Amino acid sequence: MMSEINLILVGVNHKTTPVEIREKLAFTKGKIEESIDRLLNYPDIIEHTILSTCNRVEIYARANCQDSAIKSIKQFICDFHELSPVELEDHFYSYKNKEAVEHLFRVSSSLDSMILGEAQILGQVKDAYSLARDLRSTGLVLNQLFEKAFSIAKKVREETGIAERCVSISSAAVELAQKIFDGLENHTVMLVGTGEMAELAAKHLISYGVKTVYVTSRKYERAANLARTLNGSALDFEGFKSELHRADIVITSTSASSFIIKKEMVEKAIYERKNKPIFFIDIAVPRDIEPDVNDLENVYLYDIDDLHVVVSANMKEREKEAENAMNLISHEVTKFNNWIGSLDAVPTIIEIRKKAENICKLEMERTLKKIPHISKDDKELLRQMSTSMINKILHKPTIKLKQKTQSEDGHIYLKAIRHLFHLDD
Amino acid sequence: MANITFNTTLLIYLISALGYSLYLVYRMPLVKSISLVSLGIGLFSHTITICLRSIETGHGPYTTGFEITSFFSWVIVIIFFITEWKYKIKDLGAFIIPVVFLIFLYSAFQSRDHSLIDESTTMFWLTIHRTLSIIGYAAFAIGFGGALMYLIQENQVKNKKLGVMYFRMPSLEVLDNLNHKVIAIGFPLFTLGFMTGSIWNIKTDESLFSWDALRTWPLIVVWLIYCGIFFGRLLVGWRGKKAAQGAILGFVTIIVSYFLHVV
Repeated sequence: MMSEINLILVGVNHKTTPVEIREKLAFTKGKIEESIDRLLNYPDIIEHTILSTCNRVEIYARANCQDSAIKSIKQFICDFHELSPVELEDHFYSYKNKEAVEHLFRVSSSLDSMILGEAQILGQVKDAYSLARDLRSTGLVLNQLFEKAFSIAKKVREETGIAERCVSISSAAVELAQKIFDGLENHTVMLVGTGEMAELAAKHLISYGVKTVYVTSRKYERAANLARTLNGSALDFEGFKSELHRADIVITSTSASSFIIKKEMVEKAIYERKNKPIFFIDIAVPRDIEPDVNDLENVYLYDIDDLHVVVSANMKEREKEAENAMNLISHEVTKFNNWIGSLDAVPTIIEIRKKAENICKLEMERTLKKIPHISKDDKELLRQMSTSMINKILHKPTIKLKQKTQSEDGHIYLKAIRHLFHLDD
Repeated sequence: MANITFNTTLLIYLISALGYSLYLVYRMPLVKSISLVSLGIGLFSHTITICLRSIETGHGPYTTGFEITSFFSWVIVIIFFITEWKYKIKDLGAFIIPVVFLIFLYSAFQSRDHSLIDESTTMFWLTIHRTLSIIGYAAFAIGFGGALMYLIQENQVKNKKLGVMYFRMPSLEVLDNLNHKVIAIGFPLFTLGFMTGSIWNIKTDESLFSWDALRTWPLIVVWLIYCGIFFGRLLVGWRGKKAAQGAILGFVTIIVSYFLHVV
């Protein structure tokens, strides 16, 4: 009987399984190395790759029989982690063929991630695949599948805006700073208060090139400590207001109960700066900066809610972009499926050829026996002629069959051909 | 021949203007490349058009409305290429090239008759006057595009409505810097153009006071606006939104005065 390419996927992820169970199912590098042979010992499994991250554990495989291979993999996961199959049954999902391909393409393109479009997952899938390839648990089909998944993930990142917009408060703040200033290298940040989020935002800005950092706090000691960590200098809390004009970006995070930066103060600072812009980021609750400050020309004020609005709007944009990415992926899934289909035709084509060659050889020898007087060269010529006849007769049907097996009803053609040529008798 | 190159230029500028606008909306890198290459081809065929006309008339493109309008759009394209190379502002083309196309299209509707100026002294002053003024105007046109971009971006950042354009436009500082540079170059050239224009006027009419008020006053207004923007930045730090609004007001006044001055 002809061989069929069966792809399957069994797994759990952050949507189906709580972290308490996911952490029990995780495969470290050592555990994966241990699992390779055990999985290949199952008679149904031909190739496989284990992907284990903090949000998912998935096993991709090429199998002889899909249903029994899915059962085997579930059993393997339970046995390996010494967990009861009953406990896990509701958490597992499994996909076959086209759905399995689509799932991997979605995962590697970060469409199945907890934070849509995050960049980490592609690296994790790449690591999982290269480990499996090094341990020789993958073959032709999985190699092609994963390589394809990587190129699609790249395409999705380049051609859609899935990763374009910031979805964390500190990165949104950095992005805003970059839209106000031309590069952050020669700009100065002032931290008013030593809140954790302000520190995070400052570190983010420093990683983008900000070199001068001032820190001020009601408790000078705290300011001095943070200034040391950020390679900046501490300012006296009473004196920082007169230094405000030095800062391009001001991040406030004090626990003061009333506004500590007022409109008049900023007006004075902006005058001293000859109207050079200032970007205020008010992370404190209750707020540290008078909201009217934003009415001043060349002053931009974002409080924590504004930043949340930016982040959630960006998230929505990513969701929109995910739809474009899905269109791209669907197209690629069909192409990959066609490739798999064409693989199905290969054994049949080989069998037809073999059959034709055998018949030809048999008939040729029989005929040659009847004409013993012809020369050795002439015999060779006759043999060449028969081979060339086979090639010519089979050329077009071979191409057609390859094309047809890539279509939806490909299996019907394959069945008919095998029946007509008596290949399964 | 000149007609063929003129029509070709017009068509190519249209393609480029549409391309840049499409790129602004749909972000297709191929469209951007096509727009840039077609603009280059357009500039080449535009240059040939101007050369052919100069050969035909025996002088540079400084005398009739048709010549000046065509020359004006040609200089804008050249300054645009320099700005692109220096600032690499991806979407500036979407704000400049449609303006170039409209100015060039306008020249298509103007008379192509020759002017009768043939005195070599007046021609000399006219050439200097028109060249300097047109380069100044073209710099202001680039400033106009940059200022539009600035106001769009500033509005988004200020009002916290970060739409698609927020992600596509460069930083406010880059756009403000562009505005400053083009005015710093355009304003002195325009001033010199204005002065040499007065000399040409004296040489032609032999009187400084024979100016046509309707044609001259708008130019004085343009000069005052750019003088305000230029010195305002240097002396009292007028930058950002104020400078951008000034650049837009200035360019609109130029267009108005252009019709009054040239037509």
